[in-house]
Amino acid sequence: MSGIVWALLGAAAAVILAGCGSAYGVGVAGQAASGVVTEDPSKFAKVLIMQLLPGTQGIYGLLVAFLTLSKIGILGGGAADISVAPGLLIFAACLPIGIVGLVSGMHQGRTSVAAIGIVAKKPDQFGKAMLFPAMVETYAILALLISILAVSGIQV
Amino acid sequence: MAVLQMQRISICALKKNRKAILERLQELGAVEIDIRLEDDSGYEQLDTAGYRAAFEKQANAADQALEVLNRYAPVKSSLLSSLEGKKQRDKEDIREIERHKDEKTAMVQQLLDLDKQIAGLQADILKLETQKEALVPWQSLEVPMNYSGTRNTRLLIGTMPATATRESVEQFIASKNPELDAYELDILSRDKDYVYLTVLCLKKDAAALEEVLRMGGFARPAGLSKEIPAKLQETLNAQVQENREQIAVLEEMVASFADKREELELVSDYFRTRAEKYLVLGKLPQTKYTFALSGYVAAYRAQAIKEELEQKFQADVELEEITEKEEAPVILKNNGFSDSVEGVLASFGLPHKGEIDPSIVTSIFYVFLFGLMLSDAAYGLIMVVACGIVLKKFPRMSESLRKSIKLFFYCGFSTLFWGIMFGGYFGDAVDVISRVFFHHEVSIPPLWFAPLADPMKLLLYSWLFGVIHLYTGLGMKGYICIKEKNYMNFFCDVVLWFCLLTGLILILLPTELFGAIAGSMIVFPAPLHFLGKALALIGVVGILLMSGRSSKNPGIRLALGAYDLYNITGWMSDVLSYSRLLALGLATGVMASVFNQMGSMGGDSVVGVILFIVVFIIGHTFNMAINLLGAYVHTCRLQYVEFFGKFYEGGGKAFAPFKQNTKYFDFKEETQL
Repeated sequence: MSGIVWALLGAAAAVILAGCGSAYGVGVAGQAASGVVTEDPSKFAKVLIMQLLPGTQGIYGLLVAFLTLSKIGILGGGAADISVAPGLLIFAACLPIGIVGLVSGMHQGRTSVAAIGIVAKKPDQFGKAMLFPAMVETYAILALLISILAVSGIQV
Repeated sequence: MAVLQMQRISICALKKNRKAILERLQELGAVEIDIRLEDDSGYEQLDTAGYRAAFEKQANAADQALEVLNRYAPVKSSLLSSLEGKKQRDKEDIREIERHKDEKTAMVQQLLDLDKQIAGLQADILKLETQKEALVPWQSLEVPMNYSGTRNTRLLIGTMPATATRESVEQFIASKNPELDAYELDILSRDKDYVYLTVLCLKKDAAALEEVLRMGGFARPAGLSKEIPAKLQETLNAQVQENREQIAVLEEMVASFADKREELELVSDYFRTRAEKYLVLGKLPQTKYTFALSGYVAAYRAQAIKEELEQKFQADVELEEITEKEEAPVILKNNGFSDSVEGVLASFGLPHKGEIDPSIVTSIFYVFLFGLMLSDAAYGLIMVVACGIVLKKFPRMSESLRKSIKLFFYCGFSTLFWGIMFGGYFGDAVDVISRVFFHHEVSIPPLWFAPLADPMKLLLYSWLFGVIHLYTGLGMKGYICIKEKNYMNFFCDVVLWFCLLTGLILILLPTELFGAIAGSMIVFPAPLHFLGKALALIGVVGILLMSGRSSKNPGIRLALGAYDLYNITGWMSDVLSYSRLLALGLATGVMASVFNQMGSMGGDSVVGVILFIVVFIIGHTFNMAINLLGAYVHTCRLQYVEFFGKFYEGGGKAFAPFKQNTKYFDFKEETQL
């Protein structure tokens, strides 16, 4: 396999894994949010925010994939001729946000479900409730950071 | 930066003035009732629960009537109408309601009755429809359903399982009782469950035949009527029609109340206010001729209220300072910029007794960090304009909503600023548009640098902002210590930590590790090197010795000190947490350029331009929304966890005054105190 395949595989992994994590997270949180809205439609805005919190991993995955694509020249039209070693490097650089995005997205989703429970019972504790899912996200951000730094640091 | 000074107000007055005093206090909305009796013998309390429930019921009835009215005479309301807030009415209006309250409650009742009638008629229609449905299979029957036959014949009307056919039934009868052959079987209709049929036979055979048919699953229908099905159907149709007409008339009647909407709202507010008043009334200790009341009031209003009550109602009013034991409710008072962050603060927790109000510092950092995370000049401008318009157009929206919108207004400026610094205008929209549609790439250079080109630089600055934020937090802790004149805590918990942290930073900066991140080595002169090491050493030794000062045992004391030193990892993770400034800042820019890129795929043609505009609008709306949310959440997090973690606990109780707890209107006060 030539390097470009590995690099593209990396970009794909970042988007796929992180996107799956977010899809799961936003999905379960959405189910809980719908339950709350059936009982009390006025809480719509608050639970919607809670539902969206696990959605960021997918965006981080997209971000890294986009950086990778523009790095290897696929976005500009002409794919650069990359040898295997840098290709593998890019692949490795994409892994953190992919894997951490997957796991943290799922867990953030579950935390969001719990936080939606708080909002349902005590709407005035919204600020605190929002904090718990945001805590999980920290690790996605750290992974994103390493992925960005690694991708932009690799010379092709 | 202020938590308003509170005072305890105690009022004692004659019972004849009770109503007037309570109403005046309710209008003012400046006193939180809090009655504490050391000894309640000799007092009695009114049992007002019944009245209160009745008033609440009436308020709810008015709300229901409004709902009914809205169903049949809906008002157009725009999406933005929730921003309008309560309408303002003159106080005289509610007095008007009070004078005519019987009339008004009758009107409420009338509306509810109309609704009940409509509901009843609708239920009838449903019932009729079911009846009609049941008749459908019998449509072709030309005799009434309960027709039994002539003098010598019997007619059996009923259903059999859907599998039955003329032949199968005839065979079945023949097999069971071959003597029965004088009958006429008619299949009227069939559906997926049943076959509907009539069997005409001689009277003498009727019993035997029915017996046989029953074995085959024959059953007579329930609810037989004296009418021919087709005719009955017509009658039912007529009834449905009549009910519909009646409903239309009733609906018309309901709709004719449309101009009474405001009156209904007033009625609802009136009863709600009264219920609130009776709630307080039930708590008051009373004697035969007097009553007493006590509560919290903001100190700056206390004197005026005292004077008014004394002059107008000859009440005896006492003002006292809050005692040590009490926990007074909290009102925050800040300048026009910093009060916008009060909502964020309140959702973490209002200042606890003895804590300071961190609104000013929080607001400055909030706006700064928010802008850094969103960092797009165009988005910032949109925020400023949108929030500005809303603030201008809806001056009467609720206080908390206004504050949040004001917060976003200021954050918009900060976003605009950082967008210009980093060169983000809808991401790279300027470059893309000029390249694709004008074939000559123009780009607005960033005033500072482009984060995507040099993420390491922004990462370092993120950490720097983080250190400043955290140092401010620690400084706030120091401020509190000094304010409480607790100089020992100030030195041990604040100064020593400042020494240690600054020392560590000075040691870290010239290392190769840092040099690799920053891209260039920093060389300190020797004295600065020494200073760093000295500060770190002082910090370590000091914390080791002093942190566990509450313990007498020297062993435990050292162990506690060592444990406290371990907090250094906490500081490290706190600083690293500010990496999110970079991550979120990049996310906005990259997402924006993804959408720009997608939009430009149509190339330079009419279709291409249309595609670009569509993708641009949808994409950037989405991007802005999602990143606004991200910036909001993560700025809150940085404040709550990293910043407040250093000095602030919260947990204070918000001021909940006795006031006109209205739903639809605000009533103007004659005099503002």
